[in-house]
Amino acid sequence: MSDRVPIIKIGELLLVSIQVDLSDETTVALQEDLSNRIVDTGAHGVIIDISALEIVDSFVGRMLATIASMSRVLDAETVVVGMRPAVAITLAELGLTLGGVRTALNAEKAFDMLRQSARFTPSGDDDAAVAVTGGFDAVGRDAE
Amino acid sequence: MPSAVTQSNPTESPAQQMDIVSDADVVRVRQAVRTLALKAALSIVDQTKIVTAASELARNTLIHGGGGSAQLELVHERERAGVRATFIDSGPGIADIERAMAGGNSTAGGLGLGLSGSRRLVDSFDLKTAAGGTRVTVIKWKR
Ligand SMILES: Nc1ncnc2c1ncn2[C@@H]1O[C@H](COP(=O)(O)OP(=O)(O)O)[C@@H](O)[C@H]1O
Ligand SMILES: [Mg+2]
Repeated sequence: MSDRVPIIKIGELLLVSIQVDLSDETTVALQEDLSNRIVDTGAHGVIIDISALEIVDSFVGRMLATIASMSRVLDAETVVVGMRPAVAITLAELGLTLGGVRTALNAEKAFDMLRQSARFTPSGDDDAAVAVTGGFDAVGRDAE
Repeated sequence: MPSAVTQSNPTESPAQQMDIVSDADVVRVRQAVRTLALKAALSIVDQTKIVTAASELARNTLIHGGGGSAQLELVHERERAGVRATFIDSGPGIADIERAMAGGNSTAGGLGLGLSGSRRLVDSFDLKTAAGGTRVTVIKWKR
């Protein structure tokens, strides 16, 4: 009965809009699904919209940090968007800083941020980008 | 508004008892705490804080305590309302309380922010632990 969070590909971007109350199982599944999708699609940018999340606890916070660093290794930049002010306040008091996680107010701003980053080609013209990341196929394209 | 007792007001709905034996139960407890926080008319920030604390403590009950239960209720003291949440398990207990409460110390590969962090998020935090189990009670009052 574990929900799965859908991952949508838009050009070279992966968009994740979390619309469910995340169980730990769903959180772990998202982390795995997303790393697989980054490898499979060669995406260079990931936008995670958490505007529907009423809370981010240490488990979900760690997932966001892990996705951010994992995607970096896979040559993709992750931007987390839409964190509610109350969630940001609570996270800070909980003691989680999310230092390595890039954030933006909304998906549009995240898109602009990613477009400015060198490796991202908004035209969806993969060839140039793939050339830059040569050798990263060695990470292995897991079946499934 | 009359009556000023520390215990839950008898006219309120009785304490809600919920099992915590699965991942999905943690989500359910979170949602029930949120419903109570709304009833207590907590601010958005305070709702978020008590629900986040409950999420951490419910997860601890499940993961470290081997499962247990939560007891949730609306409480009143003088004119103010609050939400009280108690998490109970009969697991191994916390061996080194000081270390566990200091923050950043996990015996299970976690971040070690659940106990220390949830204590900061609530107004009252009471921890009782022994070899036979752990009981954590937190309260968040309406400001
Ligand atoms: N209900 C519990 N029963 C037994 N041990 C617990 C319980 N809650 C917390 N602990 C202990 O305290 C430590 C710190 O808890 P916490 O701050 O929530 O961090 P984490 O859950 O990430 O390990 C845990 O690693 C565990 O050793
Ligand atoms: Mg914990």
